[in-house]
Amino acid sequence: MYDYTAGKLDWMAAGLPIEGAAASRPTAGTVARREVPTCHLEESLRDIRARVRAAGWDACVVVNEKRIVLGLLRAEQLARDGDGTAGSAMRPGPSTFRPHVAIEELAKTMAARDLPNVPVTTSAGELIGLLVREDVEKAAHARQGGPA
Amino acid sequence: MPTEIGREDAQRLVAEGAQLVEVLPKEEFDEQHLPGAIHIPLRKIDPGVRASLAPDRPVVVYCWDSA
Repeated sequence: MYDYTAGKLDWMAAGLPIEGAAASRPTAGTVARREVPTCHLEESLRDIRARVRAAGWDACVVVNEKRIVLGLLRAEQLARDGDGTAGSAMRPGPSTFRPHVAIEELAKTMAARDLPNVPVTTSAGELIGLLVREDVEKAAHARQGGPA
Repeated sequence: MPTEIGREDAQRLVAEGAQLVEVLPKEEFDEQHLPGAIHIPLRKIDPGVRASLAPDRPVVVYCWDSA
């Protein structure tokens, strides 16, 4: 007998196929952008800003060496003047979603709290990707039968 | 006591013929489960459950996560 302790969340976080009535339903794990830029606490905000903008992003997730989410740099934090570090400028301990959360719930929460983006993590806090509100709203709208 | 394994071992064991068992409530199993998994909710795991499993194949159980 074996116990796959990380379980269904870990499986979904890896983007592996699932079965069931909701298998084709978009979720946080399927909509999140996995190529989101990341940085470490000690990195210079100036360097991060240049790197993130060159990649076409306006956000960066602050992680440790195990990709555990420590904070989030949204456009507002990235735009700060000075030579600070990611650790000094970030929003620490940001709200996160687990990969199985349905797109409708994401859209509702992000709109209610006016969140432009939210990290998706495993239950251990490991980064899976970043949800961008525009992507979430498009996916939710498409589910309702509207134009994408 | 079951042996704790990670995703890669779970995939390997299933590829080798292991039986996947989800122990979450039925509603959660019906919504989403790993490919090929069968459902045996935790509350119903007792000696009689052996009848629904092939005795000659390894069994990999899982729930949501380790939390």
